Amino acid sequence: MAIGEKSGLKTGAATRDAFGEALAELGGSLPEVVVVDADVGNSTRTEPFSKKFPERSFNIGIAESNLVSVAGGLAASGKTPVVASFACFLMCNAYDQIRMSVAFPGLNVKLVGSHAGISIGEDGPSQMGIEDVALACTLPGVAVIVPADAASTKAATAAMLSHDGPTYLRLGRPKVPAIYTDGCDFEIGRSIQLRDGSDVTLIANGLMVAMALDAAEDLSAKGISARVIDMHTVSPIDEEAIIRAARETRGIVVAEEHLAAGGLGSAVARVTAEHAPVKMGFVNVGNTYAESGDPDGLLEKYGLTPEAITTAAAGLLSE
Amino acid sequence: MAVEAIQLGNDELRDKARTLRQHIIRMTTEAASGHPTSSLSAVEVVNALFFGGYLRLDPAAPADPARDRFILSKGHAVPVLYAAMSERGYFAAEELLTLRKLGSPLEGHPNMKRLPGIEASTGSLGQGLSIGLGHALAAKVDGRDSHVYVMTGDGEMGEGQVWEAIAAAAKYQTANLTLIVDQNGYQQTGATGDVLDLTPFADRIGSFGWHTQTISGNDQDEVLAALKTAREVTDRPTAIVSRTQKGYGILPLLEEEGDLNYHGKPLSADLEQKALALLG
Repeated sequence: MAIGEKSGLKTGAATRDAFGEALAELGGSLPEVVVVDADVGNSTRTEPFSKKFPERSFNIGIAESNLVSVAGGLAASGKTPVVASFACFLMCNAYDQIRMSVAFPGLNVKLVGSHAGISIGEDGPSQMGIEDVALACTLPGVAVIVPADAASTKAATAAMLSHDGPTYLRLGRPKVPAIYTDGCDFEIGRSIQLRDGSDVTLIANGLMVAMALDAAEDLSAKGISARVIDMHTVSPIDEEAIIRAARETRGIVVAEEHLAAGGLGSAVARVTAEHAPVKMGFVNVGNTYAESGDPDGLLEKYGLTPEAITTAAAGLLSE
Repeated sequence: MAVEAIQLGNDELRDKARTLRQHIIRMTTEAASGHPTSSLSAVEVVNALFFGGYLRLDPAAPADPARDRFILSKGHAVPVLYAAMSERGYFAAEELLTLRKLGSPLEGHPNMKRLPGIEASTGSLGQGLSIGLGHALAAKVDGRDSHVYVMTGDGEMGEGQVWEAIAAAAKYQTANLTLIVDQNGYQQTGATGDVLDLTPFADRIGSFGWHTQTISGNDQDEVLAALKTAREVTDRPTAIVSRTQKGYGILPLLEEEGDLNYHGKPLSADLEQKALALLG
């Protein structure tokens, strides 16, 4: 069964496509926006912007270190640079440049990492950004955003461009279920409750939001009422929604397409540990690199499924 | 007030260089840490940029978009930049003695967030030229004639990112970007030629399509002439390989101490007095 089918969702566009569309649309009314690309614009989808605004686009070649620091200089001279590459190459290859040329001086650079997660499939682990959220979240002052579908990605792109400060936007390669079919009221740092529930809370972002909705259907069939929260911003995290969930339900399961360490699960657990201890379960890639293969097969093999969320939630309640 | 350059006469400029050196010695000795010799090699170039008719700035409006930019990529040499900024009117000379102290915006390496007028937060070597290229591209997009100067060290040229930036600047023909390599011949553990020899810099940078000059960088006249030539090139980025001596101005003292590199250590109070006497 396809992701989202159980909860009645239809397949929509990939988040990278929605970002590319929104960027090209918004570029006209935002003259300070420029794109800096390390020759992957047709993958990250900055290409439509660059075709529309060639004088505001720079393909500086396959050189991520230079890519990020050039963007720092552009921002220091008043531009709003959008820097897009694969999540792993941007975050892992240019991390010190992000630290020193963007985060430490607090410059208005928009970092965009596409091809995040294991759902990129056949290209394999070298291309999979599965540690990027952890790396981004350690940077003081950088907003870290992981949208779930095309509509929320478009809204997140607009929010990112109007936000004054450095941001990291995480995008995926495959088509994903459309969740926000009636538009998305998106605000950086404010989560969105998609379904109310009183027994357990499922907190997810990215591709895992649709799976959490599916899991909530499964749980409902078992007589368990599950709240579902789209925690699209990992930093700054929406503490209030987490604390409320910890107090109003009996457990929280966090699902993300990321390594176990340092991602959404860690961010949520830090909040509950400090303010409202509660039973927690975690659905993620674990502590391993993945492998090449078809996306659905990979998600299944590495435990990123609605069933995994359902099992974790039911397990919490039976403890 | 708008941005403007300050152009001192040759003798006044030489006096100003001496003042910058005095500041460098005093502030690092007071801080009891820092990199005085790395700062001293760069004095003639920084002095010529700030007081020889080049950097168009307005200390009262340090973020004026029309300004020229100077980025010190070899951030450990920041005492020379603080000295020049103070002399230019960004802050009072007394503040120089707060270098590296808790609460002071004059940090051990440049921090643009805390000190207006600092163009880039550097200290992780290799990033300044890329940042400068970003400023140069922004000026091109905006149609401003701002010129961007970036100073690296010769040891810093071991960072691959510098060569990424050299290649990209050649692609965009940023004639408003000038790289100055302060080739003082030493890096942390020894002579640059022994650690990782990337000379001849001019040939290597020139092979990417840059205009290059190699000068004696502690010779005021040569520095002024090279900066003038760099402004006259209109079709490609320019590099000045500035062959200098680390610790220039107090070399007899370093010889006496038996350490011509003297990397990353301040002078003692006793040596400070000897150094100031040498400077005259």
